[in-house]
Amino acid sequence: MDYTLLLIQVLNGLQLGVLLFLVASGLTLIFGILDFVNLAHGSIYMLGAFICASLTYALDSYLFAVILSLPIIAIIGYVFEIFLARPLYARDHLDHVLGTFGAILVIDTIAHLIWGPAGIAIPIPNYLDGQIMISENIEIPTFRLLIIVVGLIAAFGLLWLVNFTKLGMLIRAGASNRTMVAALGIDIRTLFAIVFAIGATLAGIAGMLIAPITEASLGMGNNIIITAFVVIIVGGIGSVKGAFVAALLIGLIDTLGRSFLDDLFKVFMSTAAAENSAPAISSMSIYLMMALILSFKPKGLFPPRLR
Amino acid sequence: MQFIRSFKFLILVSLLVLPIVFHQIGMSFYLDLATRLCILAIAAVGLNLILGYGGMISFGHAAYLGLGAYAVGIPAHHWLYGGLDFLATNNGFIHITIAVVISGLFAFLTGLICLKTKGVYFIMITMAFSQMAYYLFVSIEEYGSDDGLVINTRSEIPLINLDDPIQMFLVSFSSLIFFMWLVHLITKSNFGLILSGIKDNEARMVSLGYNVYLHKLIAFVFSGIICGFAGVLLGNFTTFISPEMIDWSRSGELMFMVILGGVATVMGPLFGAIVFVILEEVLSSITIYWHLPFGLLLIAVVLFFRGGLSSLLSK
Repeated sequence: MDYTLLLIQVLNGLQLGVLLFLVASGLTLIFGILDFVNLAHGSIYMLGAFICASLTYALDSYLFAVILSLPIIAIIGYVFEIFLARPLYARDHLDHVLGTFGAILVIDTIAHLIWGPAGIAIPIPNYLDGQIMISENIEIPTFRLLIIVVGLIAAFGLLWLVNFTKLGMLIRAGASNRTMVAALGIDIRTLFAIVFAIGATLAGIAGMLIAPITEASLGMGNNIIITAFVVIIVGGIGSVKGAFVAALLIGLIDTLGRSFLDDLFKVFMSTAAAENSAPAISSMSIYLMMALILSFKPKGLFPPRLR
Repeated sequence: MQFIRSFKFLILVSLLVLPIVFHQIGMSFYLDLATRLCILAIAAVGLNLILGYGGMISFGHAAYLGLGAYAVGIPAHHWLYGGLDFLATNNGFIHITIAVVISGLFAFLTGLICLKTKGVYFIMITMAFSQMAYYLFVSIEEYGSDDGLVINTRSEIPLINLDDPIQMFLVSFSSLIFFMWLVHLITKSNFGLILSGIKDNEARMVSLGYNVYLHKLIAFVFSGIICGFAGVLLGNFTTFISPEMIDWSRSGELMFMVILGGVATVMGPLFGAIVFVILEEVLSSITIYWHLPFGLLLIAVVLFFRGGLSSLLSK
């Protein structure tokens, strides 16, 4: 087996895992704390990519575009919470699903109106476009490494925010007993809107990071959102730690499955049969893994103790 | 009450007569629209059985439409172009059998896992499994990947010619009536009462000694089979079968029909399908961005208008 290829694919898997975590952590945070199912989370990821792309061309700098996009996405999340999520908190999950499904159609169509049907590519800035030598014959693109690093920083930042800050303390308190926290004089509505904005920003960051590699496109949000669902189901809905573990696991399984499953199948079946069946099986691999894990742990790997 | 019954009867009769009249005076477009409407309504009837009566919110029922359509497409593809002789056929009864077996099996296997979970988990897992079916068909190049499968033929059923648009419509319409009647019977049966008991209070049904898991599983499989049958009709109607049929926004639209029409009612899925198809037709003729008003309407329905159209009628 080619170990260089394996290492590169492992890094690609980590990159996918980190992006999945950024999207899934927002989802799981919003669900775990607000008990709200947000299907439109993928659309915010897409908006992050498009807004960043437009700003990159307007400002002629990817870095400034990212810095400016962050508050814009946070505000979008905040407004989304006030107008759509807040009236639905008291309703059942079915209404959340339908309402945010409507929001997806609205956001995607608005994106279509503003940016047109074709995607927008962002050039990787020169200072990030190089390769980093790991050993003599192994090089990895700087930008992909950056994605992994930023994702890890965001992951630990989120864990720190939720577990070790005053805001995090209020958020956790609000999740376990809203009425009590409100009675203690905390503005619980604003608190929840802030949580929503944080979740949206995390998804937006993922969109901004992936845009220079794939490009900002209309279907991107809907492609990632289901995988993000698989991540939070496997990790245990509401658990940030679970989302982290499951995101890396799924990123690796998906990437490695696509590149090595046919080699693996060739060990015990004919080449033709392996080449025919491997793409089909690898496209299903993460769902099969989800099925397997759920049949042993119906509430995911790390079911949250609250509730 | 009498008024409402005659109103419902009037809707059914107009749905049967108007499209054929339009077709005879040269406006075949409306006949196609009505056929599509009937097929989607069958799928909505199937979804209503578990969503409305059983309280199981499946966000993955488009998968069964797709499986049913591919159960027509794949055998017909081999019948036309060779390969896989054991599967190659144009016989409609075999298509239906394959669709029933495959969609039933898919519902059974995924149901085994989905039904261990509740609430949001259930919504997301059904969604994930339908996406699995989507990616499965995208990855099979033999059947056209995401470009889809064009079959220049339709299922052959004795005495019926599905190439004739009026017969295609009549088959879809009578299937719709049949499944509405069947689901009505099921919900009035002992099984149906247990099912709605589970919806209202699962813990109580467990303590009363009912096997809740088994009852839910049976309903889930049955609902999948109804949608699979709708898929057979859809595949025959369009003669173009693509993974796009399984896309999760299709599942969302099915849910929209059931909820808008009014859950747990006999006519609800049909009302929902009528409103959806008309909306889609009218809005998309005005603008290619018809998802924008449709999405806004969906949000408005959720925020301000609960219980669906049927609840308006029964008031």
